[in-house]
Amino acid sequence: MAGNFDLNQPLVGAGLESPADEEGVHVSFNQLIAEQCQAGERLDGFELQQLDEESRDYVAELGSGFESSGRGLYDIESDDDGRQTDPLVSVPWSSATMKILSSMPSRTIGRSRGAILSQYYNKTLQLRRRSQSRPSIRDFSHSSRPSIRGYGMEVDVIDGPQSEMEKSERLVNNLQNLSMGDRMKMLRGMPLSVVEKKELRRKTLQRDKPLTSSSKIPCCSQLKYYIIIAVRHSWYSWLSFLHSLQLWQFLLKRVGGRFGTGVLSYFLFLKTLLFFNVFLFLVTFLFLVLPQAMHPPELPEERRNFTGLDLISGAGHFTDTLMYYGYYSNFTLRRSCAGQHNTSASSAPDCLSKRLSYNMSLAYFFTIGMSFFITCIILVYSMSKSFGRSFRIDKSYSILAMKVFSSWDFKVIKKSSVELMSENNCTQLKEILAEVVQKKEKTGPCQALWRLMVHGLAWAICIGATAGCVISVYFFSEFMHKDLQRTARLANTNPLLKEASLLALPALVSLLNLLLPGLFNLAAWMEEYHSPSVRTYVALGRNLMLKVSVLAVLCYHWLGRVAAKPSDINLVCWETFVGQELYRFLIMDFIFTLLNTLFGELLWRLFSQRVLGRGRKPAFDIARNVLDLIYAQTLAWIGVLFSPLLPAVQILKLLLLFYVKVSSVMMNCQAPRKPYRVSQMTTIFITLLCFPSFLGASVCVTYTMWSIPPSTSCGPFRHLGTMFQAGKRWVQELEKNNPDLSVVAKVHAYLVENPFFLFVGAGIFLIVIYFYSQVVDGQRKVIALLQEHIEKEGVDKKYLITQLQSVHERKKGISRRLRSQDSGC
Amino acid sequence: MGNKQTTFTEEQLEAYQDCTYFTRKEILRLHGRFRELAPHLVPLDYTNNPDIKVPLSLIVTMPELKENPFRERIVETFSEDGLGNLSFNDFVDMFSALCEASPRELKTIYAFKIYDFNRDSFICKEDLEKTLNRLTKGELTAEEVALVCDKAIEEADLDGDSKLSFADFENMISKAPDFLSNFHVRI
Repeated sequence: MAGNFDLNQPLVGAGLESPADEEGVHVSFNQLIAEQCQAGERLDGFELQQLDEESRDYVAELGSGFESSGRGLYDIESDDDGRQTDPLVSVPWSSATMKILSSMPSRTIGRSRGAILSQYYNKTLQLRRRSQSRPSIRDFSHSSRPSIRGYGMEVDVIDGPQSEMEKSERLVNNLQNLSMGDRMKMLRGMPLSVVEKKELRRKTLQRDKPLTSSSKIPCCSQLKYYIIIAVRHSWYSWLSFLHSLQLWQFLLKRVGGRFGTGVLSYFLFLKTLLFFNVFLFLVTFLFLVLPQAMHPPELPEERRNFTGLDLISGAGHFTDTLMYYGYYSNFTLRRSCAGQHNTSASSAPDCLSKRLSYNMSLAYFFTIGMSFFITCIILVYSMSKSFGRSFRIDKSYSILAMKVFSSWDFKVIKKSSVELMSENNCTQLKEILAEVVQKKEKTGPCQALWRLMVHGLAWAICIGATAGCVISVYFFSEFMHKDLQRTARLANTNPLLKEASLLALPALVSLLNLLLPGLFNLAAWMEEYHSPSVRTYVALGRNLMLKVSVLAVLCYHWLGRVAAKPSDINLVCWETFVGQELYRFLIMDFIFTLLNTLFGELLWRLFSQRVLGRGRKPAFDIARNVLDLIYAQTLAWIGVLFSPLLPAVQILKLLLLFYVKVSSVMMNCQAPRKPYRVSQMTTIFITLLCFPSFLGASVCVTYTMWSIPPSTSCGPFRHLGTMFQAGKRWVQELEKNNPDLSVVAKVHAYLVENPFFLFVGAGIFLIVIYFYSQVVDGQRKVIALLQEHIEKEGVDKKYLITQLQSVHERKKGISRRLRSQDSGC
Repeated sequence: MGNKQTTFTEEQLEAYQDCTYFTRKEILRLHGRFRELAPHLVPLDYTNNPDIKVPLSLIVTMPELKENPFRERIVETFSEDGLGNLSFNDFVDMFSALCEASPRELKTIYAFKIYDFNRDSFICKEDLEKTLNRLTKGELTAEEVALVCDKAIEEADLDGDSKLSFADFENMISKAPDFLSNFHVRI
């Protein structure tokens, strides 16, 4: 460490006080302290110069800032009245000490340009060597400040002899050797001003140019350079295009400015769902709807006219359109076969050219499968990223400090919201302070028992209500089914009445979804929770339980009852019927949400303000609204198989919902008063979207494809035993046509159809998860060790500073004595 | 892609795109916002890099910063002279560091600088007290403020010098999951 100090004095033999006399001084600091001793006066002149250079350093305030709260080992000197005083506080520091302190590496972080340059030089060097992102213990230097992150903030060393120019040259050199993407990432992440960054960039690019203008360079690397430039230009244009499409940017800014990040996260979630649906829609449109639209099949004669009710019920006119499964044909569309509209099996040998064939059933199967697969990957990826951002492996105990520094939401711009936010912060700080300072009151056994009883009662109410809902949906669906059977047997039925009666089940389910969360809120109102986050989680859990059970019953009704015996209700095409049911459910859910938003929230606000006399508007219930979104998305995912245009419906619905919700929130609500941990909640929502929602939908779809026999007279999978056989047939045909590809068929037979493979795959997956959890445990231990290390280094630092100070004091004392002696003579 | 703007040369725009987290369109929009603050001061044509600085008093009137209790500190941190007078480069720098794409490390560094009121590279007790007073707008009593500061320093200070160095601050902020989403200004 001694070499890091920028002391220009030559080493003279240790004069008056040799610190070697003192115990416990590390031998490598001898030089430093010795020089301080004998070069005291001379240093004063240098100091002023040195201190002037670092003009932003308010050195005078340093002396007062060093109050100890009883942490270190050195505040043992006690006064007569028993108070402990820290030697660092008692005397003003010598300018020598202050000079050294001000050039300590920890003080130059982000301030001194030279330090930043050398730090980033090291970073780019490591990047060039492609070091791992996770550091090993060996890589930590023995210097005083190991860092948990691999690249480390530790090396803020002022290398004395190297000037800034040299450092910047080395950095430019390194930057030049990095790839474009890395270079930009490094440049953007540097805490330098934009002017300096532009300068570095200019130097880097300047160095690039001479290389390519030389004619000795082979043309392939010149080509590579041109390709890189072209790629960069196209990437920027793509980014600009994406940003110009920035949907709802100003609306979101207004909402965030008024309500903060919590309410904003609901709208951002809505936007994410919209993108999922757009992706799904594009895929199904391109691969399913468009080819089928170009080759319309023969339609049955009884095509009904359009009535208004059709928009809600999805039946009637819409039954035999592109919207539903039944419309899709199972032939292989061949463009070169003019005037042939085969509706029979696909192996028609009449057409000679097979080049432009498009096997509809295969396309349907693979499109649905692929879109689900890609959605799964995107969901898992965003879920893991969200986890990484919000959950920390170390248990956080610094709540108060975190609250002070990270609780102010910089996005909020409206004055009233800002006042509300500072009030909230105040309340939360007081609560945390109360918890931290005072001991928790012990609740007697009676209290605990009473609370347990209340909780039990609330849970009983909720579970009972949920069970009641589920049973009612089950019996009502059975009743509707029987009713349909009855009307099917009757000859003359009013089709409009029949359609209207089909709306009864969706209406009931939507009504239950609307009313029961209110009941849950009431039940929660009588309970007391330790912390508001527990309350939110419990509410989420109860709502989730309700929705999952209702969806499970509905899936049983569709797949177990309707699909099993479609002839009971005179159904030619049960998939179309299920698709229509799902459409109805979506539309009903939307209508009820609209009604609830427009009237329910408005009425509640008027009620709470006029009747209950509350001064504030009601808060926006984020958790409940997000769960509603997730429920609707589950329905959409289940329905894609039966109705390829359902994502389009969902897109329109989400667009409308956004505007309605924004206006409602602006008019009727205010920001939540309870603290809302945004990033944890966002992670939970994405997890809920992935696990119960998407997983359930894909289980449903997989079950349908795997084991339910499709209708024999409609859809792209007629004449097949199960939908899955489309894939199998294709592989068999491939094998038949090209015997060389028999290996593909064999692979298919062994891997995809054999359940053993799935077990092995799942087993490997579990092992990998266990391995990673062990790695995380090990890292936790490393973090604890490093924190201890940092504490010990702090103790060392304090010791050194006190030693410096005491040495200077002694020397000053001696020189005063000498002077007084001189003057005395 | 409208190439019809005359505010910046293409090279300048590319340099801005490489050095900040903004796209070309956003940079032009930022220039518009910058000009709005002082139309008589800021020229329309920036192709020859004029050295114009908008004073602190005008910048804190921006709606994004107006109600922020730390607005002066934010602007001072990003200014060259430390007094809050921003050139266009500083202006872009400020919003780039506070934008959504800005990484955690960069935001942590600037957050530390902002909360370090006396600019001694440490967040001492006085800095904390000032931060707290601005957060709660004077609603806490003096004893509560002192208590909160003491407890906060006790929690976060690792090397025992009773103030928060950058390493302490970084360590503590890395455990705060909401820091990234809160330390974000939309422009």
